[in-house]
Amino acid sequence: MKIVFKIWRQVNSKSQGGFETYEVDGLTEDMSFLEALDYLNERLVQRNEKVIAYEYDCREGICGQCGVFINGRAHGPHDNITTCQLHMRSFKDGETVVVEPWRAAAFPVIKDLVVDRSAFDRIIEQGGYISARTGTAAEANAILVGKEVVDRAMDAAACIGCGACVATCKNASAALFTAAKINHLNSLPQGKPEASNRVLEMTRQMELEGFGSCTFTGACEVECPEEIPMINIAEMNARRVKAKWLGK
Amino acid sequence: MLNSKIPEGPLENKWSSYQTKSQLINPANKKKLNVIVVGSGLAGAGAAATLAELGYDVTCFCYQDSARRAHSVAAQGGINAAKNYQHDGDSVWRMFHDTLKGGDFRSREANVYRLAELSAPLIDHYVQQGVPFAREYGGVLANRSFGGVQVQRTFYARGQTGQQLLLAAYSQLYKMKRAQKVAMFPRHEMLDLVVIDGKAKGIIARDLITGQLKRFAADSVVLATGGYSRVFRLSTLAIGCNGSAIWKAHKRGAYFAAPSFTQVHPTALPQTSEAQSKLTLMSESLRNDGRIWVPKKKDDDRRANAIPEEERDYYLERRYPSFGNLAPRDIASRAAKERIDAGYGVGPFKNAVYLDFKHAVERFGIQTIQDRYGNLFKMYKKITGVDAYQEPMQISPAAHFSMGGLWVDYELMTTIPGLYAIGECNFSDHGANRLGANSLLQASIDGYFVLPNTINNYLADELKEDHPTTDHPEFDKAQKEVEQQITKLLTVRGDKTVDHFHRELGKVMWQECAMSRNKEGLGNAISKIKEIRDAFWNEVNVTGGQQEMNTELEKALRLADFLELGLLMCTDAFQREESCGAHFREEYQTDEGEAMRNDKTHAYVSAWAYDNGNFQLHKEPLVFENVQPTVRSYK
Repeated sequence: MKIVFKIWRQVNSKSQGGFETYEVDGLTEDMSFLEALDYLNERLVQRNEKVIAYEYDCREGICGQCGVFINGRAHGPHDNITTCQLHMRSFKDGETVVVEPWRAAAFPVIKDLVVDRSAFDRIIEQGGYISARTGTAAEANAILVGKEVVDRAMDAAACIGCGACVATCKNASAALFTAAKINHLNSLPQGKPEASNRVLEMTRQMELEGFGSCTFTGACEVECPEEIPMINIAEMNARRVKAKWLGK
Repeated sequence: MLNSKIPEGPLENKWSSYQTKSQLINPANKKKLNVIVVGSGLAGAGAAATLAELGYDVTCFCYQDSARRAHSVAAQGGINAAKNYQHDGDSVWRMFHDTLKGGDFRSREANVYRLAELSAPLIDHYVQQGVPFAREYGGVLANRSFGGVQVQRTFYARGQTGQQLLLAAYSQLYKMKRAQKVAMFPRHEMLDLVVIDGKAKGIIARDLITGQLKRFAADSVVLATGGYSRVFRLSTLAIGCNGSAIWKAHKRGAYFAAPSFTQVHPTALPQTSEAQSKLTLMSESLRNDGRIWVPKKKDDDRRANAIPEEERDYYLERRYPSFGNLAPRDIASRAAKERIDAGYGVGPFKNAVYLDFKHAVERFGIQTIQDRYGNLFKMYKKITGVDAYQEPMQISPAAHFSMGGLWVDYELMTTIPGLYAIGECNFSDHGANRLGANSLLQASIDGYFVLPNTINNYLADELKEDHPTTDHPEFDKAQKEVEQQITKLLTVRGDKTVDHFHRELGKVMWQECAMSRNKEGLGNAISKIKEIRDAFWNEVNVTGGQQEMNTELEKALRLADFLELGLLMCTDAFQREESCGAHFREEYQTDEGEAMRNDKTHAYVSAWAYDNGNFQLHKEPLVFENVQPTVRSYK
C-alpha cells in the first residue's frame, strides 16, 4: 500500500519546525505504524538523508515511550491504544497521514517527533512513592488489602506515562497522569501515612511544570492506552481538598 | 584461575556467614564513595535506590527518556517466591531445587540457594512499596503456577507484574533523586568502560540529545543493562535493548560466561513479514489455563474451531504428561519447533501453534478468564484483530532471555575488580535455562539485596585509595577510541542500512544458534557472521552527524557490538559438545529427542576472555555438594 506521510521535522528545541511530505510505497497492512516509519527511514538513508527521529522501545504497548499525534489524534485513529499497537490496516491505500509530536508547553520538542516528558518524572519525584527503605518491610500478608481495593489501585497504577492524556487535552492538563499515581498509592494502606503530603506536593509540581488545568472534557480517557477513567481526577481533587482543608 | 568466592559452610548458612564476614563502611565514609549504575531497570533502579539509601553517592544512567521505560516493564506473568502461602509443600529448598533443575544443573548451588532464600523478603519489600499484587477476597496475596514447577509460588499484578515492580523501583529511585543522593542521567548511553590500574573507575557515555561524549569517574561501576537477545533482531525485547555496555566491558577484560545460553520463549506472536521489528510476548501464565495444540493432519487448512477435538494433537500433554502445558520454556519451545518443522504449523506462514482457551472458558466462565488475563487478551486483539475468547491464539517461539552474560562471582563482581554486573546482564542463577517468573526475581534480588551487601566489601578498601578523576590518561584513551569508532561509522557512506545488516545477522543467529544447533551449522555461522561484519564496516550508510540526536548512529553502534557478540555466542555453542537446557546440540539427544547432558565432561561454566579479536575459554567447574544432578525429566 501507499501512504503520503506529512511529518513534522524540527532540528532541535531551539529551531522552528515544519511539515515535510514523504510518499511511501510498498507498505503492507500488517505493518505496525512504527514499522512503516522504520521503512520510511530506511528509504531516507538510501537517499542519504537524515532519518526522522521518533520514539519507541518495547513495541508492545507497555513502556509508554512511543507517542505521536496522528491525523489529529494522540496515538492515531483508535481509542485506548499506543502508537506501537497501531497497524497500517487502519489506513486506506493512498491516504495522507499527518504525524506531529505531542503538543504541550510542558513537553518541549527535542527533535522531529521526540518530546521531553521529564516533567512527569519530576511530578513522581514529589511523592509518587512510599518512603520506606529497602530492608525494613514486615511480612507481606501482615497487611491485608481487599480484592476490590487492590483492583482499583491496580486500575490506576496501570498508567504507562505516555503523555497521551496531556497531548490530547485542550488545556494540556496532566491531571489524569497525576491522579493515577496519587490514587494508586493513596488508596492502599501502605500509602496512607504520606497520603496528604503526596497529593499536595504532586499536584503543586504538576502546576509548576506548566500543565494546564482540568476542565473535565474527558478527552484524556478516550486516548489513555490503559483506559484509566477520568473519575480518577475527581477523586484526586477530593483528596486534595481534604488534605488542604483538613490537613489529612 | 576463576575464583567464585563461594563462602564456606553449609548451603543454608552461606549468605549469612558471608555477610557477617564482609567489610563494613561507616555512614560518614559512604558518601565519599561514588558508584555508577548503568541501567535503570529492576536491577539497576533497585541497586541505585538502595545504595543511595545506604549513603553512597550514586550516578545512574539509562538510554530511555525515563527510568520508568526500562524493559523490565514488559515482563508480564509474575515473580516467584518461596512463601508457601498456598500450603502446597513449597519451601526455600524446593524452590532452589526447581531452579537448579530448571537450569539443567549448569549454575552454582550457592547462588541459586541465595536466590530462593531471599525471595520471600523481596515480596515483603514490594508490598511495602505499594505494588498492587493480586489478592484473594480475604485480603491475602494470591498466587498462580508457572512452567517447570508443581507448586503455586508466583505473585502477580494482572499481566503487568514487571511494570508494577519497575514502577516501584523507579519511584524509589526518584525518591532518592529528590533527596539528592542519586544523579540521574536519562538519554545517555554508555559506550566504554574506563579501567585504571586494573580496576573499573568510570565510563564514557554519549548524551543522546546532543551527541556529546561525557566522562564519568567513580569508585565502582555497576552494569545493569539487561539482556542481549536483540542479537537475533527479532525477539521479545525492546528495540533499544543492546549488549554494548557488557561487550565493551568484555573487551576491557571482563570474562563473558555462557554467552550462547539463550532462552527461546514458546509463547510469542509469530512473524508475519520481513519488515517486522518485534515479536510480541504473550505471558507464559497463559499456559496455566490455555492448552497448546496443532492439527493431527498436516497442512490442515480448516479454521481452528472447525477442527474436532479428536483431530487435535495436544502435543505437550502427550509428550510430558506430568507437566503438560506447563513444561519449562526450552522444552515447550523445542516441542513447538518440532511440530512446525514436521509440517503441522498453523497460520498463514505455517509457523505457529494454537493456544486455546476454549476449555478454560467452559470450565471457569469468561469472567474468570478475563480477570486473570484480560489485558493480554486485549493486547492480542489490538495486534492481531482476533478475539481469543472466541478462537485460539496463534503463538510461536521467539528469542527472549539471555541466561549468559558477564561472568560474576558470588559477590556479583566481574573479573575486573570494581566492576559488577547485576540482573539479566550477568550469568549467575539460571544455568542453561531460566524458569518463568524467575527473571524479575533475580533482577530484584541482585539489585536490592545482594549488591548493596557485597559492594562494601570492595569499596572499604577503595576508601583508602585516591579517587579517580576524569583527566586521567585512561579516560583520554577510552574517549578517543569511542570517537574513532563513531567517525569510522559515519564515514563509511556505503549503500546499505543498519537494519539490513541486522536482519542478515538475525537470520544466521536464529537459524544456527537458537533452539537447535549443530557443529556444522555453527561453523558456517561463524564464517557468515564474519562476512556480515566485514560487509557492515564497508557498506553501511549512517546518515546524520555525531553532535546531534541521531537514532541511526545509535543503532549502528549497537549493531557493531552485536556482530562481535554473535561470533562469541556461536563459538560458545560450538565448543559445548553436549545438550543442556536451552542449548540443544542435535548430535547429543536421546532416541526420543530429549537433551543429553554430559556431566562428566561439561559440568562447568564457560567463561571467555577477549584477546585481540580472539576468544579464550576458561572453565569454572560446577561442584554439586547438595544436589545430585539427574536427568531433567518433565515426563
